[in-house]
Amino acid sequence: MFKRFAGWMLASPATLVVALFLVLPVSLTIATTFGDQSGLFAPYLDFLDSGFRRTVLWRTLEVSLATTAISLVLGFLTAYVVSKAPGRLKSILIIAAVFPLLTGVVVRSFAWLIILGRNGILNNFLIGIGVTDEPFSMLYTEGSVIIAMVYLFTPLMILTVIGVLENIPEDLLQASASLGATPAATFRQVVFPLAVPGLIVGSVLVFTGSFTSYATPQLLGGERQMMMGTLMYQAAMVNFDWVSASTIAAIMVVITVSVVLAMTRIARRLNPMTT
Amino acid sequence: MKSQTPRALIAFAALVYVLLVGPLIIVIGAALSDTTYLTFPPQGLTLRWFENIFEISAFRRTIVTSLELAFLATGLALLIGIPAAYALNRYRVRLPSWLSTVFVLPILVPEIVLGFSLLKSVAVGASLPIFLSLLIGHTLLVLPYCVRVISASLASFDFSIEEAAISLGSPPAKTFFTIVLPNVRSGVIAAFILAFITSINDVSTSLFLTGPGISTLPIQILAHVEQFFDPTIASVSVLLMFLTVGVMAVVERTLGLTFLTK
Repeated sequence: MFKRFAGWMLASPATLVVALFLVLPVSLTIATTFGDQSGLFAPYLDFLDSGFRRTVLWRTLEVSLATTAISLVLGFLTAYVVSKAPGRLKSILIIAAVFPLLTGVVVRSFAWLIILGRNGILNNFLIGIGVTDEPFSMLYTEGSVIIAMVYLFTPLMILTVIGVLENIPEDLLQASASLGATPAATFRQVVFPLAVPGLIVGSVLVFTGSFTSYATPQLLGGERQMMMGTLMYQAAMVNFDWVSASTIAAIMVVITVSVVLAMTRIARRLNPMTT
Repeated sequence: MKSQTPRALIAFAALVYVLLVGPLIIVIGAALSDTTYLTFPPQGLTLRWFENIFEISAFRRTIVTSLELAFLATGLALLIGIPAAYALNRYRVRLPSWLSTVFVLPILVPEIVLGFSLLKSVAVGASLPIFLSLLIGHTLLVLPYCVRVISASLASFDFSIEEAAISLGSPPAKTFFTIVLPNVRSGVIAAFILAFITSINDVSTSLFLTGPGISTLPIQILAHVEQFFDPTIASVSVLLMFLTVGVMAVVERTLGLTFLTK
């Protein structure tokens, strides 16, 4: 008798907490965006009707895609080198990637304020070597947001991809080499295809992370380069327009969940062994 | 014989690492500068910006709040997360398969959406006090780490050892604490640390739940940066980095950091 319910009893407090404080509130938030008197999808049509908000949505997609693409290249190549590194060096390199990841978004975004500011390091350097007399305004541009985001997410990509590369059996690489494949051919035909599921997981993490971020666009993009997260905060806490904020929240949920579902499906199809 | 990694690729990876670590060194340099504005390389060395952190009462208060929150939220998440992780492994056949998905939901739902939804329903709807709302938010935020990391270490635990103890007359609860828990200790430590760091650094969820008089350190840092651009923030950042180093040293001692890539 006890055994039949023991599992449920032990799992129920955590399940209840998630149901009561996550599923219910988020569902309610999304529910409030429907069934307006002026039509079922009124808040969404309203959102898309505003040129400004459309720009913010496109900018967020653009920044997130650019961030994902750049950190994918940086992360994959770096992870490949790290996975080949000898034992002791490899642990140091992994620690060096974990450290920024544990350091927090605010601190890491703040670092780029010091670097890209008008009196920042980069401007001082450029003036020092005589490239320019006037400091460039690099902050509060889409570029500065992308740079900081790439900085934020590349360690995550490196660690995700190392995990996958480490799982590729050494035998496979030796087999490929003994059959006469050059290292480059082994990389293209063995390593890369086996790493694809890891690259997909990494890309999903980076894309959803950038798409829903707040601190980085706030610090490096300011009012001028608003993204979905900063727009939502402004709607909720500055304009007290909770319907708008809920609509933005719902759009974010729909986009991130679809990306996660689509990509995990693709990853599963490419490699039936990962479940 | 290992295959050779091309030189150009090694140089590329080295450059990426310089770019990863460089900005953090710049923050440390800026924190030590004797100027009232942020600059690097530092102009003269001073520790007064570190003293300044503790002189600004807003920072003192938010540091205390953030630590309290991180300890309480992590403790609560472990309290409900360990039994859940245990149930998911021990009674897997008796539980529906979707149950484990429940504990992935807090990762799947954007943090910023969680924060806003909690504001609407818990902070305003149920008019709970600010600290309690923050605690609920942070507990949810860190729960997935607790359940998943501990689940991963329970997956390699042989439950027949537990059954042997019970069949020899040890009460189930006592068996859990003397047999099961010590075997997954490293998983619990890892979960604690990941959860603690996640809570201390959280911005997106706390953003909506902080209120008059109660804020967390990262939110306070954001607010401070927008008003003053002085090295105090750099020195707070350095303090947070030291905290991270300390935590990483503990992980390295107990588990070896490479577990993070597994």
